Amino acid sequence: MSILINKNTRVMTQGITGKTGQFHTKMGKEYANGKNCYVAGVTPKKGGQSFEGIPIFETVREAKDKTGATVSVIYVPPPFAAAAIDEAVEVGLDLVICITEGIPVRDMIRTRYRMQGRKTLLVGPNCPGVITPDEIKIGIMPGHIHKKGPVGVVSRSGTLTYEAVGQLMEAGLGQSTCVGIGGDPVNGLKHLDVLKMFNDDPQTEAVIMVGEIGGSNEEEAARWVKANMKKPVVGFIAGVTAPPGKRMGHAGAIISGGKGTAAEKLAVMEECGIKVTRNPAEMGKLLRSVLR
Amino acid sequence: MKIHEYQAKEILRKYGVATPRGCPCFSVEEAVEAAKKIGGKVWVVKAQIHAGGRGKGGGVKLAGSLEEVRQHAGQILGMQLKTHQTGPEGQKVRRLLVEEGADIKKELYLGMVVDRGSQRVVLMASSEGGMDIEEVAAKSPEKIHRVAIDPVQGLAEGDAEDIARKIGVPQKGVAQARDFLKGLYRAFDEMDASLAEINPLIVTGDERVLALDAKMNFDDNALFRHADIVAMRDLDKEDPAEIEASKHDLSYIQLDGNIGCLVNGAGLAMATMDIIKLYGGSPANFLDVGGGASTEKVTEAFKIMLRNPRLRAILVNIFGGIMKCDVIAEGVVAAARQVSLKVPLVVRLEGTNVDIGKRILAESGLPIISGSNMADAAQKVVAAATGK
Repeated sequence: MSILINKNTRVMTQGITGKTGQFHTKMGKEYANGKNCYVAGVTPKKGGQSFEGIPIFETVREAKDKTGATVSVIYVPPPFAAAAIDEAVEVGLDLVICITEGIPVRDMIRTRYRMQGRKTLLVGPNCPGVITPDEIKIGIMPGHIHKKGPVGVVSRSGTLTYEAVGQLMEAGLGQSTCVGIGGDPVNGLKHLDVLKMFNDDPQTEAVIMVGEIGGSNEEEAARWVKANMKKPVVGFIAGVTAPPGKRMGHAGAIISGGKGTAAEKLAVMEECGIKVTRNPAEMGKLLRSVLR
Repeated sequence: MKIHEYQAKEILRKYGVATPRGCPCFSVEEAVEAAKKIGGKVWVVKAQIHAGGRGKGGGVKLAGSLEEVRQHAGQILGMQLKTHQTGPEGQKVRRLLVEEGADIKKELYLGMVVDRGSQRVVLMASSEGGMDIEEVAAKSPEKIHRVAIDPVQGLAEGDAEDIARKIGVPQKGVAQARDFLKGLYRAFDEMDASLAEINPLIVTGDERVLALDAKMNFDDNALFRHADIVAMRDLDKEDPAEIEASKHDLSYIQLDGNIGCLVNGAGLAMATMDIIKLYGGSPANFLDVGGGASTEKVTEAFKIMLRNPRLRAILVNIFGGIMKCDVIAEGVVAAARQVSLKVPLVVRLEGTNVDIGKRILAESGLPIISGSNMADAAQKVVAAATGK
């Protein structure tokens, strides 16, 4: 088992004719069961063409109806990306993974508003994507650093997630699913939502939660863990040294009004029984120590 | 992106938000002329910098005559204004705002931000105006009232009137305050603002509300559709190194320490700063080279870090995914040669093509210190920076 995606997932790429969309669709197709998973592409006005043997459609609806794809990954440029999410939600896909970085917050506020009461789940935007190792990779993460195993990974960043995975591998630990939820202030799934899924997933035995300064999603997740989580969780928060009021790369990574500091997050996580480390080089070791 | 107070007020006026009459000025003569044109007996001369706390720092002064306007303008223009938000070096004042004096009966607070919890724009209002709102939030949170705004309907009339009453706008002024609030939200929404703050919002003697101060920040991701906002950018008020970095699509923030960090990805960049601190060092900067760094980009990144006179060592920490380690290694070697690097350089590579990358570094003949993992690299760079 795994969460969100597995080898039977059928996925379409929105924005398949762009350079980024092409590159990562090809990489995804070459990974594990990818050649069976990637079944469609969507680019307006390019319907009828194909890329690497994958048929391209005008609309998400057509791609879904013709191929049975229920998941989409979005590489559409920022000015049009929120509308691409809207289209996928409108058609009722199960899951949308939006990789695009730089979507205006105003657009995302409206998209999240339209998603209320809909069944579609959103991962991202501004995220590396989701991978269930040795089955399927949807996103921009390097596939070869992963392998199947018992650890769930949920993180707001990209390369820091790869770092965590690299350390897990060094400790001999594979992953059930790795979910990059992204660094934007208005986004889809939060740490909390993903932890709930890992809690119910029989393959996952422990979870590593990587957070960042800004907002209070990590604190909310920690409180839920204290009350409900049946599996050990370890954590790290990046940005102990970040100065207040400065945006550290990600639109969401900013300490404002004295809120969202790493120290505050780490304290709440510890209070809630999450084992935390202040050393980003010891995430893997820490996870190893909580696994029986 | 940040703009000046006078620019924020210009935008807000277009949305029916009441502000004092005023005029931006770039010289003492212009300030006196502006005061004449505005008329009246009392004026306020206000320094225009991208930071709050100007009054306490001596950047806002009341003038009771044109002669006083001249004096104050002369003092403030060109001063190095230090406030709690500018840092110890302060900001040089090159622009003024001259405004009519206002009849202040009460000072209130208004703020608007994007709230991650509700995923909406939230209006915050308080009867405690003119003060540091963070202090109010900490000491008496019950005095801050909030409304999450429906993105489709906009700010509801009932909510706006309710907020106005709660913060103490007199009944006679509620209708005008409601329109003020609705205008503020429309400006925020249509201009893709990330923050708007009116502190203080005043109630005048004739029971109207007026934006005595105004601050607006904008979502950088939305600037592509606001050429008018981009034109308001004042590069003089931004860090030159950060401006240079943004030209090369690098995300750079200068810090107080002496160890330069070059990293791919924002999260890993922050974690790299953290681990340097953990091992007793101090990071000189945050620098995210992003996902598609070329040799040119890495070279520019080195040049920007080396502008910092405090720099004693550099740590390059790359987890190559899409970005291949051999490409980064070639970039590092080329950059080190081009800038004839004088400070110790520690490089830690991991991920795609790491073996080729390490070989390129080893065969370059450059005195590059190799870190086997994040901890090892951090310890080595801290030792190098302290001369051990």
